[in-house]
Amino acid sequence: MGSEKPMMTGSRILWSSLEREGVRHVFGYPGGAILPAYDALKHSSIRHILVRHEQGATHMADGFARATGGVGVAVATSGPGATNMVTGIATAMMDSSPIVCITGQVGSKLLGSDAFQETDITGVTLPITKHNYLVTRADEVAHAVREAFYVAKSGRPGPVLIDITKDAQQGTCEFDWEAAAPRLRGYRPDLSPAKEEYEKALQLIRESKRPLILGGHGILVSGAMQEVQAFAERASIPVAMTLLGLGALPASHFLNLGMMGMHGEAWVNTTIQEADLLLAFGMRFDDRVTGNLKTYAPNAKKIHVDIDLAEINKNVKVDVALVGDLRKILQELLPRIEPKNGQKWLDHILRLKGDTAVRDIQNLPDNGHLYAAHVINDLWHETRDGDTIVVTDVGQHQMWEAQYYKHEHPRSLITSGGLGTMGFALPAGIGAKVGRPDADVWVVPGDGGFQMTMSELATIVQENLKINIAIINNGYLGMVRQWQEFFYDKNYEATPLLSPDFKKLGEAYGIHSFAVKHRADVVPTVRAAKAHDGPVLIDFQVEQEDSVYPMVAAGASLSDMIRRPTPLVETAQDE
Amino acid sequence: MLHTFVVYVENKPGVLSRVVSLFRRRGFNIDSLTVGRTEKPEVSRMTIVVDASEDAARRIMANTYKLVNVLLVDDVTNEPAILRDLTLVKVGAAHEARSQVLELAEVFRARVLDIAAESITLEMTGGEEKVDRLLELLTPYGLLEVVRTGVVAMRRGAKSPGLDAKTAVAPGAVDDVDPAFHSA
Repeated sequence: MGSEKPMMTGSRILWSSLEREGVRHVFGYPGGAILPAYDALKHSSIRHILVRHEQGATHMADGFARATGGVGVAVATSGPGATNMVTGIATAMMDSSPIVCITGQVGSKLLGSDAFQETDITGVTLPITKHNYLVTRADEVAHAVREAFYVAKSGRPGPVLIDITKDAQQGTCEFDWEAAAPRLRGYRPDLSPAKEEYEKALQLIRESKRPLILGGHGILVSGAMQEVQAFAERASIPVAMTLLGLGALPASHFLNLGMMGMHGEAWVNTTIQEADLLLAFGMRFDDRVTGNLKTYAPNAKKIHVDIDLAEINKNVKVDVALVGDLRKILQELLPRIEPKNGQKWLDHILRLKGDTAVRDIQNLPDNGHLYAAHVINDLWHETRDGDTIVVTDVGQHQMWEAQYYKHEHPRSLITSGGLGTMGFALPAGIGAKVGRPDADVWVVPGDGGFQMTMSELATIVQENLKINIAIINNGYLGMVRQWQEFFYDKNYEATPLLSPDFKKLGEAYGIHSFAVKHRADVVPTVRAAKAHDGPVLIDFQVEQEDSVYPMVAAGASLSDMIRRPTPLVETAQDE
Repeated sequence: MLHTFVVYVENKPGVLSRVVSLFRRRGFNIDSLTVGRTEKPEVSRMTIVVDASEDAARRIMANTYKLVNVLLVDDVTNEPAILRDLTLVKVGAAHEARSQVLELAEVFRARVLDIAAESITLEMTGGEEKVDRLLELLTPYGLLEVVRTGVVAMRRGAKSPGLDAKTAVAPGAVDDVDPAFHSA
């Protein structure tokens, strides 16, 4: 026997395997069933970031993955440690984010006995992981890790969980990396379209007079930013973005119309309804972007390019489907696209834009009130030049950010789209900063979502991370209040929200903190935050009862938008 | 309509629950499901009968393929295939009824497994319709117990889809659409 393989414990194999997958950071929380793995961490070069709650660990792994394009890793113990990860795993699943979650499990002989801190976490996470593993022997650890990383990042990415029993961590075996290669006979992440589908697509593009590209998260995942831009320019086709697609094409690009959907720009939704051809690139016709399916884009043929066959014809019936990697498919199509002059169509869309300016809160002069839109706009002006990542939570502030922060670069916005997970922003921002330490990270949550995971402030301080937090504080669960205002007779049940003094709270953690109530103070405070070399928290106390416009009510037609009343409202409080 | 899928999966713990969980989560209604070993020890084979439109059937295939342990999905609904269902039926049959039940059993080529004072137990293998008809005829005698395994299916002829086939699904075929699906 020539090449002797080293004998190692399952725990050491775990860390060595992660190292071989290129992992340099993990986000975790120790406990009984994962202790052998933590004990072996001293032999590893991997940096462990101690979180305050396991949900935070999963969002951090997710934020890391979205900021870097790599795989994020979260670690927890069995039972409650594992179940606390569920929200973060579901979030990553809905947004196709590649994370690997490692959980300790009770000893294999105790499985199924309701032992202390035993939960069937592979059973619990079955519908919210792309795949998961229960590892009961040390000699299965390396193989599970290799497959998990491969599955998580290939095809349509997603979360993978590895549940490792305590005895598998403690047991000893040969560490043979080569022999641990993935063996996935049935897994097919690399579908490609048939020739005739390309022909059909090209013909529809040739015939169209009012085409529109719908750009989604898949552009970022596939790395097809340049191809999409080249395609749009060559064929003179405007581009509407989904929330998760923002940044895939520069906001300033003349063909980029902005965001579509429930809180999309009015002209974008009107353009969708008037188009005669929709080219869906890496998006899945979520109900938040289509509104009522019966009245959605009634005049348009549809071409759907997506890597997931199961998305085809799920929500919207399409005429041509190109299933495979977006970048490869566009590279195939590009040389065959005939340059086209779409000026008439573009001029028409430009006229639609003009209608909106009078309704834009941005154009309201400073009247002593602080509007969230103004905060976001000022923040954008002050941070647009650098390598900035904005991480938002879920609700009104998230939509205002999407409307008023003009993202020029891929992976400069990180937000929970599909699952809409409140509490996402702060931990995801930590993950983003760890993944891209040279970027300026701005965490922008509301006062509701921030209080769900604000325990991670301690993580920021302990890890000495320069993260800027800008809380959009309106004293309400704002988006729910808005729904109550519009659809429930202003019955503000359970939405007025008491918060601590966030400035004092930040200071209690040793974080440089501010409270801002006036528009004139926004820019100086943002500049002060940038100049400070540690973490910063700013409590922006904004207008309490402002709403996000325009809005397509849930289930309503995209043509049926609730617009901001004109003239612009002087809200409340002079009374 | 009823669709019959033959699903080849890796013979590993938990694979059945992955498949069933998927059907439950996506709201696909399973009419019958059987699972068993095959000529290859590392491969298990399921026959799943689902009530679904053409369009839903395509999405069932696509979603089933997304399970990492699934090797091949073969929709044999419109293919020449043998479908068999094994049924055990215990019929109340004392005195003069006994000979009538035995007569029916012979006509239907059902095997007699047990004769007791008050009952007869038959085994019937066949297509679902044939079994349905026998059960209908036996009903007047009193069906004491019935158990059916659910359908197992196999294509006719020597040709079976190879497990090495990379893409057995035709991406983007959207011709014969069921319009009912989207008006829902």
